[in-house]
Amino acid sequence: MNANFLEFEQPIAELEAKIEGLRYATGDVEVNIGEEIQRLESKCEALTKSIFAKLTPWQISQLARHPLRPYTLDYIKRIFTDFEELHGDRAFADDAAIVGGIGRLDGQSVMVIGHQKGRDTKEKIKRNFGMPKPEGYRKAKRLMTMAERFKMPVLTFIDTPGAYPGIDAEERGQSEAIAHNLFVMANLKVPIICTVIGEGGSGGALAIGVGDCVNMLQYATYSVISPEGCASILWKSSERAADAASAMGITSDRLLEMELVDQVINEPLGGAHRDVDAMAGSIKASLLSALTEVGALSADHLIARRTEKINSFGRFKDIA
Amino acid sequence: MSWLDKLVPASITRSDKKRESIPEGLWVKCEQCDTVLFKAELERNWDVCPKCAHHMRMGARDRLTRFLDPEPQVEIGGEVEPVDILKFRDSKKYKDRITQTQKQVQETDALVVMRGALNGLPLVAAAFEFRFMGGSMGSVVGERFVRGVERAIEERIPFICFTASGGARMQEGLFSLMQMAKTSAALTRLSKAGLPYIVILTDPTTGGVSASLAMLGDIQIAEPNALIGFAGPRVIQDTVRETLPEGFQRSEFLLEHGVVDMIVDRRNMQTKVGNLLSILMARPASQPNAS
Repeated sequence: MNANFLEFEQPIAELEAKIEGLRYATGDVEVNIGEEIQRLESKCEALTKSIFAKLTPWQISQLARHPLRPYTLDYIKRIFTDFEELHGDRAFADDAAIVGGIGRLDGQSVMVIGHQKGRDTKEKIKRNFGMPKPEGYRKAKRLMTMAERFKMPVLTFIDTPGAYPGIDAEERGQSEAIAHNLFVMANLKVPIICTVIGEGGSGGALAIGVGDCVNMLQYATYSVISPEGCASILWKSSERAADAASAMGITSDRLLEMELVDQVINEPLGGAHRDVDAMAGSIKASLLSALTEVGALSADHLIARRTEKINSFGRFKDIA
Repeated sequence: MSWLDKLVPASITRSDKKRESIPEGLWVKCEQCDTVLFKAELERNWDVCPKCAHHMRMGARDRLTRFLDPEPQVEIGGEVEPVDILKFRDSKKYKDRITQTQKQVQETDALVVMRGALNGLPLVAAAFEFRFMGGSMGSVVGERFVRGVERAIEERIPFICFTASGGARMQEGLFSLMQMAKTSAALTRLSKAGLPYIVILTDPTTGGVSASLAMLGDIQIAEPNALIGFAGPRVIQDTVRETLPEGFQRSEFLLEHGVVDMIVDRRNMQTKVGNLLSILMARPASQPNAS
């Protein structure tokens, strides 16, 4: 079993291992190795397609947290030029679970902010598994208001299990930090384009997720609570996470249908991690098209449009 | 067990377990100090235990009708009612849960909003009903809150909110998360209009409500000993795997950490809020009950 493959990806992993094996096979000249490899590769592609054509919401949640899934910094270095990372909230600390900085998108100056997870154990700890503390949200807020002063669009990348539920985070006002970001983003006079690249985990995600365009990668998820959390509260067992994942409608297709996200960005066959460059290319294209859509609006128009969008969230019956 | 306990036969030992078989209606037992209280007297005392000052949870409508001047009291957003958009089902269908809760609590959702006045000063006041699915915020709560704020802006009067909520309503999926953005955006407009927003945090206020509308007050008030935080204590305990400090996430802890401006006893709330608002609105000092 290959740890870098999820359970439902294992048949693909096995086939790929076979192909790799053949590539290095020598001696046996009776079979045409080239042909055999080609045959297996097309078989592998067909298999991947068939597996990915019918993923369950729970499998998609696992893909969104795939150990090889590209993170914010992986995209930043492929999408932007001259990126300069900026650190700290100017009050308490620098939170490595949120990264931010200035750079250029096809020449245009932009502010980039995103959650950041770690790849190896050491980095995972440094990044607190992508779970920000109040200082992370306050850094994000500082960068957003700075972007407003320099008239730079704000581009955010969302990928977090949620805001950190810890003693120190509570002591420093986790709720207040998140709430104030929502308050500021509602009235920021520059375009905000949000892209959910992995896990959109609740308030911790939304704290950098209020925007003029909210786009989402095909296999990303966005939910009010993690499937495990929801299952343990409503089903009294985290084992029922798969049921909760289906019930809550956390996948990109359903959220698009409910008009909670504006656009779904398709992923390469087998998921973003199978071709990071291609994925980054698609994200870049979607950012550029979003900026063409809202980049030219006056500040008043932009905020009126954003307000209308935010006010449209919610479904109820009005019996008046 | 002390030697004295051993002497007393089991049949006459006093049980330490809380007895809950007090007859419904006339008498209520304080969950903090166990004193048995005459219900009418407790109500006169704003549901605060006269013995230990424990603040019991209070229904939203009861709170608003008593807090505001008797006239005028006009409800806002009552026409908005919940729907089961996701066809959500756990052990029970969300649809059935709504109907059942409505019947039991006699409210249509977890927020009541009223246009009223306090000592003659007009305002819009909202209150969360914790008995309605833990005061959880879904589409209806968000919409009623926004309609209340819009009304305040329209009339150029203050907005206040009594919070009591476990957070966002999971049964409405991402729609409920988006209510955090929606309510906060409305408060941005209130703030831009130069109108005051006062939050009164009551027990308990956590999760999505805490991380949005509950922390955006110009003035943040908390009732004594209310549980207020982003994550619930159990979640934190499971994450950090250490004992939580004494008084963690209680009002007094929040005051110490700079999250709230003041802790106010419920029995003084009208006077306090009235005074704060009249100063912020540059009105002469109010005279309660003046004709």
